[in-house]
Formats: sequence, structure tokens, C-alpha cells
Amino acid sequence: MQAFTTLTGIAAPLPKANVDTDQIIPARFLKSISRSGFGKNLFANFRYREDGSENPDFVLNQEPYRKAEILIAFENFGCGSSREHAPWALLDFGIRCVIAPDFADIFHNNSFKNGVLPVKLPREVCEQLMEDARMGGNARLTVDLEREVVVRPNGEEIPFKIDPLRRHLLLNGLDDIGQTMQHAPAIDAFEAKRAAAQPWLAGAAGTTPAGA
Amino acid sequence: MSGQKPRTLFDKIWDAHVVETLPDGTALLYIDLHLTHEVTTPQAFDGLRQAGRKVRRPEATLGVIDHNIATDASRYTGIVDPESRLQVETLEKNAAEFGMPLIPLLDQRQGIVHVIGPELGRSLPGMTIVCGDSHTSTHGAMGALAFGIGTSEVEHVLATQTLLQKPAKNMQVLVEGNLAVGCTAKDIVLAIIGRIGTAGGTGHVIEYAGDAIRALDMAGRMTVCNMSIEGGARAGMVAPDDTTYDYVRTRPFAPKGEALERAIEYWRSLPSDPGAHFDTVVRLDAHAIAPQVTWGTSPEDVLPITGVVPDPEAAADEARREQMRRKMQYMGLAPGQRLQDLKVDVVFVGSCTNSRIEDIRAAAAIARGRKVADGVRAMVVPGSGLVKAQAEEEGLDRILREAGFEWREAGCSMCLGMNPDKLTPGQRCASTSNRNFEGRQGPGGRTHLLSPAMAAAAAIAGRLADVRDYQPKKGDV
Repeated sequence: MQAFTTLTGIAAPLPKANVDTDQIIPARFLKSISRSGFGKNLFANFRYREDGSENPDFVLNQEPYRKAEILIAFENFGCGSSREHAPWALLDFGIRCVIAPDFADIFHNNSFKNGVLPVKLPREVCEQLMEDARMGGNARLTVDLEREVVVRPNGEEIPFKIDPLRRHLLLNGLDDIGQTMQHAPAIDAFEAKRAAAQPWLAGAAGTTPAGA
Repeated sequence: MSGQKPRTLFDKIWDAHVVETLPDGTALLYIDLHLTHEVTTPQAFDGLRQAGRKVRRPEATLGVIDHNIATDASRYTGIVDPESRLQVETLEKNAAEFGMPLIPLLDQRQGIVHVIGPELGRSLPGMTIVCGDSHTSTHGAMGALAFGIGTSEVEHVLATQTLLQKPAKNMQVLVEGNLAVGCTAKDIVLAIIGRIGTAGGTGHVIEYAGDAIRALDMAGRMTVCNMSIEGGARAGMVAPDDTTYDYVRTRPFAPKGEALERAIEYWRSLPSDPGAHFDTVVRLDAHAIAPQVTWGTSPEDVLPITGVVPDPEAAADEARREQMRRKMQYMGLAPGQRLQDLKVDVVFVGSCTNSRIEDIRAAAAIARGRKVADGVRAMVVPGSGLVKAQAEEEGLDRILREAGFEWREAGCSMCLGMNPDKLTPGQRCASTSNRNFEGRQGPGGRTHLLSPAMAAAAAIAGRLADVRDYQPKKGDV
């Protein structure tokens, strides 16, 4: 995973609540077996018309937001399905940070695993940042994970909080599977204890469907 | 254990699965059962391969193909769409390479992952269950802690049989009283989401309780738990009871005999203790719930079928007014329009929310002796091959076909528009699925969520209809 330290870039305003994962990447584009290539279908139902041409009204089809690296939205961003294709699509497009009042749990989790930083800030602050974002290319935002601040174009610093473990993993681009593997002896011990206390679990789990 | 703080069902299952607690409070949580399907796993297996890792417990993992396959006879002659075929073949190849049990596409036990887990007796009370799918909350109906995960977490579970998790908050949703005639589990959960909103359960695990929940059969409990995620909660659960144990007893892969009795003894210790703390409590009167239907593009946009399309001008502020106008425009609605006047083009009975035998019986009971309205395409998609066989044994397929419904093969079908079953732009659909998001059932498709009985009534009427006006006709099935 790519580390996330500090990002300065163009922010795109998406003044919507409940931006669900079917909007971020519609299910018909989930057939790839790779993690890359989803960017062209990010927000496909808004970005393209029925004939496949670009919809000029959608923010990511406008300059300078074609190069947006930050997205600003309203409440409950990323609700709906568990598809990690949503942060993959954002990342593949070039967006590495989403700022919103709150996020749906699974999307929030998935973002951290992919070096996409979800920043929670109160609605009023998001509205302010949305105004900054509307100023376009002259109004870059900085998101500094090390210091946990968003820096507005006018220099004002807005503090945010990220869970310390997630922050550590993201700052260092660490793979948490490798971390967990270090706990293998504890997992072994837990499994042994569990198999003794709840033998039906070991039995049920050990049953392979015939012919499968 | 006297002196111990009273705990909730969630607390107990959580505590029983903590392998270690990291210094910052994050738990390494043990996962008993990992269900997988073709869409959210290819990149996870790739990750394992790249890192030279293996699946830690293949026998605690089960794969099934459900999302992107056709539900017509074409599956017997090979998958037509090359991308879908590649995804399915990738799962088959990964299962073989990593030793993961996989239910083959043409096996009778194939079906929607959230239907087959409980049906086969793999999902059991007290377990932690995950799957790369947000509707994993369904399995919480068994009295398990079950939640959806992303593909990175799928890889984490494959490699370690654990997940790094922070404990959730506890929410209790109490539904008291008896359901009125024509109302079902689907109406309960839609009413709950209407009350708490789509983010109401964020950060929480919901325990559904109260006598209306107790009175539900397992299929009904699964319907309720299934849509927890639509209320923002990653997991929903119902405490196990005799209804649960009776269900488990008949399942092929569930423990049997002495092992089952020991298990039940343990499961009886799981329900929330009296006085256990819930961070949030929500109460609903079951009797006050009328048959529900959604009008907008979020599951929280729900009304009784007797209602009218709301007026955006009545919304609290301009942002909300604008959002509602957008929804109305997308859905092709005008303020004040009666929901019962909305003509439907398609009716879909199926999905992990409502494709179990009980759901098909409910649809068939309304369809019996009636005809699908002219110009309406109505389809019933059983949740698994076993559900399909059972329905055929009961003659439900005959009733449905005679009424003009299509009777199809098991799969996710028109719930999510990633297989051949999808809406075309502007089509209006009465659907028993779980999401009415823009484009969910196909670009430009307009979804109204409702119960299987309500869906059948809509098919007969050719418009959204009040199931209470379509009571079952007598017959021998």
C-alpha cells in the first residue's frame, strides 16, 4: 500500500449526502479481477450520458476537477455495499482523500486499506471547504496526516483526528496482514482452546460439502 | 458468573472471539466462518499469491457463485459474458489452488451466499461470520455476529482467520406487539430504516428484540437482519431461541446428536443479560406498521402503501429540498401522487433479502388464481437450488407460472444489475431486494422496495398495490 503523509491538491465539491457505493462504482463494472482500471468508471452514472459521452454538468468532467485529488461531500459517504472497488476507483482516478461529515463503516475501513484517507469534519466545515473547492485550481487544499490538519487556501488550519493505529499504518504504508502474522502463536493457542471447548465448531467447520 | 457486568448478545460473542487486544484497544478478532463469492475475492487471492501466503483454514471457508451469473437456462451451456466467465473461473481456480471448498455453479446447493450459509447449517449461533458482502448481516438472524468486509479484509481473514476490529456500540431495536394482517418482516425492517435513517446505525451492531421479532420465523429474522446495513449498521442480530435451534436441527452441516445438545446448552447462554447496556434503544409498535414501500432512492425514503409522494417544498432546508427534487426527478414522481397509482413495468421477487421458501410461498399465495397484469414482466428468482426444488415440490412454481411469473434459476439476479437481469432506463420495478439506489438495478432503473406479498400484488395490479386488497384465494397448496 502506498503511504499517505501529506497531500496538496485540487479538491472537487460534491455537495451530496448518502453518496452510495453504487454511485461511486456501479455493480456492472465490478467484473474485473484486478485492483486497477476502475477510475474510468468512477461515478459512471453521473459522468457519462446514456450514449457514453461525457456529461459536462458533472464536476469531475470540469476543469480543473479532472485532476482532483481530494473530494468533499456530505453525510454518510460510501454507504451501501462492501465493495472495495469504491476506494479502488477513487484511487485509480487520482483521489486520495475524501472529506465528509461522516462515512459508512465499511467504506471507511476499506479506504484506509488502500491509502485513501477519509477525513471527518463537521458539516459547517465541509460547507466552508466546499466553497474553497468551488474556487477551482487557485484554491488547493493541503491534508497533512502527520499533523492531522487540513490547511485551507487562506492558511487556516483545521484539525482532525484519525485512529492512532490506522494513522500509523497509513503514514508508513504498512500491510496489516504482516503485522497480524506476528500474532500467529496467539491465534494457534486460541484455536486449540476453542476446538476443545466448542468441538461442534471444529466439526462443523471441518465439513466440506460433498463434491465441493 | 456473579458480579460480572451484564452483557449484550454482541458483547458475549465479541468477548468469546478476542484473540488479543492491542495496546490501543483494537482487538484481533477470531473468525469462525468465512463465506466467499466471485466478485470480491479475486484480488484477495492474488494478494496471497504475491506474498506467498496460504489460506489458514480452508475448512472454515466456503465459496459459492452468485452475483454475476445468469438466472436462465444459459448457465447450463456456459457463461456467455466473457468478464463474468473469467470471474467465475477465477474463483474456481483459486478454490482449487488454495484448497477452499466451493459449491459448484451447477450443484443443487448453489445459491445466494446469504441464503445458503444458514440453509446448509454452516452459519450457526454464537459464531463470527464474515463475507466480502455488506449483506452478511443476514446471518445475524442465527444469533451470530456477522458482518460484511472489503477485499483487503477478505485477504486478511484468508491469511490469518482473524480481523483487526474496534468494538461496535450496542443498539437495541425493540418491536413490540403483533403485526397486522398483510405485514411481514420486510415491512418491519423498512419501518425501522424509515425511523432511524440510513446512517442511524453507523458504528453500531443492532440487536432486534421484542415479541414481534420473537414471533418471526428464521426467514423473517434473516430479512430483518439482512437490511441492517441499510440502516448503517454493519451487523444485526436476533438472540437464538427454540425457533433457531429447531431450524439448525434439520440442516445438513450443522452439528448432530450429542454435539448439537452441547452446542445448544452453550447457545442458551448467549442472549443479552437483563440490565445489559445499550448505547441506543429504538422502540416500534408492530401493530402500527402498515405495508411499506419506498418512493425515493434511499431505503429511508419509505412510506405506508396508503401514502402519497412527499413534497420537497416541505423539507427543512434548501439542501434537502434540492436532494428531494433530484430523487423525484430520477424516480419520475410528482408531489402528492398516490403511491398506489404508480404503474410498474417489472416485478422482482428474489435477492438475499427475500428469496427463501417462505418468501416464495407468500408471493404464490397472492398470485394463486390471478394473472400478472398486461405489460408487466414479473420474475421469481429462488435464493438457492434447494429453495427452488422445495418450491417445485410444493407446486409453487406451477402457481406462479400459471399467473404469468417467470420461474428462474438461483442467483442474485436483478438485485444489483451486474448480471443479465437488469432494468432498462426509466423502467419502474416493484422489488423485494434491499437497495433502491440510483442505477442499482440497471442504469436509469426505478426501484420500489417492498415485501414479496406486496410485490405479487403489484404484479397482479400492474401498479403498486395494497396487499390487504389482495387476500389469498383458497386452494389446495
